[in-house]
Amino acid sequence: MNDRVEVRKTYKLFIKGAFPRSESGRTYEVHDTDDKFLANAAKASRKDARDAVLAARAGFDGWSAATAYNRGQVLYRVAEVMEGRREQFIADVQAAEGSGDKKSARVVDAAIDRLVWYAGWADKYAQVVGNTNPVAGPYFNFTIPEPTGVVAAIAPQDSSLLGLVSVIAPIVVTGNAVIVVASTRRPIPAITLTEVLATSDVPPGVINVLTGDPAEIAPWLASHGDVNAIDLTGVTSAELAKKLEIEAAGTVKRVRPPAQPNWLANPDLGRLRSFVETKTVWHPLGA
Amino acid sequence: MRTIAEPLNTTSSLREFLHGLPGVDEVGVKARATALGTRSIKNESKAWAIDMAIRMVDLTTLEGMDTPGKVRAMCAKALRPDPTDPTVPSVAAVCVYGDMAPVARAVVGDNLHVAAVATAFPSGRASLEVKLQDVRDAVAGGADEIDMVIDRGAFLSGNYGLVNEQIIAVKVACGTAHLKVILETGELRTLDNVRRASWLAMMAGADFIKTSTGKVPVAATPAVTIVMLQAVRDYYALTGSQIGVKPAGGIRTSKDAIKYLVLVKEIAGEAWLTPDLFRFGASTLLNDLLMQRQRMAVGHYSGPDYVTID
Repeated sequence: MNDRVEVRKTYKLFIKGAFPRSESGRTYEVHDTDDKFLANAAKASRKDARDAVLAARAGFDGWSAATAYNRGQVLYRVAEVMEGRREQFIADVQAAEGSGDKKSARVVDAAIDRLVWYAGWADKYAQVVGNTNPVAGPYFNFTIPEPTGVVAAIAPQDSSLLGLVSVIAPIVVTGNAVIVVASTRRPIPAITLTEVLATSDVPPGVINVLTGDPAEIAPWLASHGDVNAIDLTGVTSAELAKKLEIEAAGTVKRVRPPAQPNWLANPDLGRLRSFVETKTVWHPLGA
Repeated sequence: MRTIAEPLNTTSSLREFLHGLPGVDEVGVKARATALGTRSIKNESKAWAIDMAIRMVDLTTLEGMDTPGKVRAMCAKALRPDPTDPTVPSVAAVCVYGDMAPVARAVVGDNLHVAAVATAFPSGRASLEVKLQDVRDAVAGGADEIDMVIDRGAFLSGNYGLVNEQIIAVKVACGTAHLKVILETGELRTLDNVRRASWLAMMAGADFIKTSTGKVPVAATPAVTIVMLQAVRDYYALTGSQIGVKPAGGIRTSKDAIKYLVLVKEIAGEAWLTPDLFRFGASTLLNDLLMQRQRMAVGHYSGPDYVTID
């Protein structure tokens, strides 16, 4: 009966579509809400963050140039593969968050639905956020959103799957590449998500997932010259948030402040609009 | 090791000498390269190594689409790699095609070396007369370093005498210009051949031996560089003259460059840690060195937005 050798898990990071160990070689123990040991997770260092930024910059070039339709299809594909692993996600969320069967299933379904929702916006948000502007002159004047670039994000600490998906989906659907630091104490659903991302047509480098301590990694991301924006959603300490905002100001990054919304509620376009740059073009008429 | 007593100028005498060289322990060389590559370099040494690597760069553009404007821009960068930081040293030389040598010389003046590739680069498939004229043109155009390619076809078919004669003839055509001999190690197949080609080039009068043209898939590797560094070290022990080494192609990061500097120190010795005896043939490496330098100066990671686009 019970003579199978136990498969002990030591998970790794997700950078450039591959699963490297932390450059530092460090790991940390992950426990469920009852303090039962679940697995070991990699503890990312500043050098892993640096590698992830390189990967994200390389991934950004192709991803931002892909058609909006194509980006939507890729996100939808992620939702498809998640649906296939629904039971695993429910078990992961249950262990991580200590929620019951029903609540966990509701959270996983909401995460999948959220991806589908954002996937749908891929080729539609520009029509809503952009505009043609009436101007007093012989010009056709229009405004379009363009991706900001490489975005670093701190995922919510409590909502390990739904919160994570709600943070990264709007970042990537508009054409950005993201480096996300998963929930420190609840990283397993994020790690399962990386296994989904690796098998669902997301180009390498577009989504990079680090596990570890945001207080250690995030300052390097906030000060990094090749990161264009930072999403502080999951930062729980006001002191750290302030420090990160100051670091980010050094290279004039776009910053989204910490937040703890009800992730189950229907989202608005706020996150989609957070990491786009507005480009306005004056085109001469009748020349 | 035997001495080079008799003049070696025939295929048979060269074959006897070159095939008498000890064989290369390929597994051992690769293990050595890996072991030396893992050495940890602390901050102070790293700062020194980055500046030394910048001073060793032969900033290169060898494209069919090179324009005088692009060569001029590259030369300006070679003189002043980071205009925002006057403490950054100039690179060692610029490396261009022969017809661009006058353009490069006009910008760099006497401040930098101008290296020109010649002898039907990169294939080397042309008559000797064409190759020599190519060299004379480049020298007349202001190049003071000539990067020639050996005839790999002749080398691989064992016609060492022909390769030897061509290098000697090119050396004569160079006049006072330094001669770098490109072995194109990616096409030589074995490390034994790399060792033989290195000796052949050095005995024929090379001032530098260079790994690659950068035009074939396999360019400079640490293992190949180790074999070449061993060759220049042994040649120095035998003859008392120091030959330089130039790995080129595929070295893109500061980390790689520093690994090569470790190889130079450990294999050839500290005497080779100078731009006169060791160079990097590279184009994108310089930007990475500058970003690392900026990171050490300001304390946070830099990005490609803060260096020029090549």
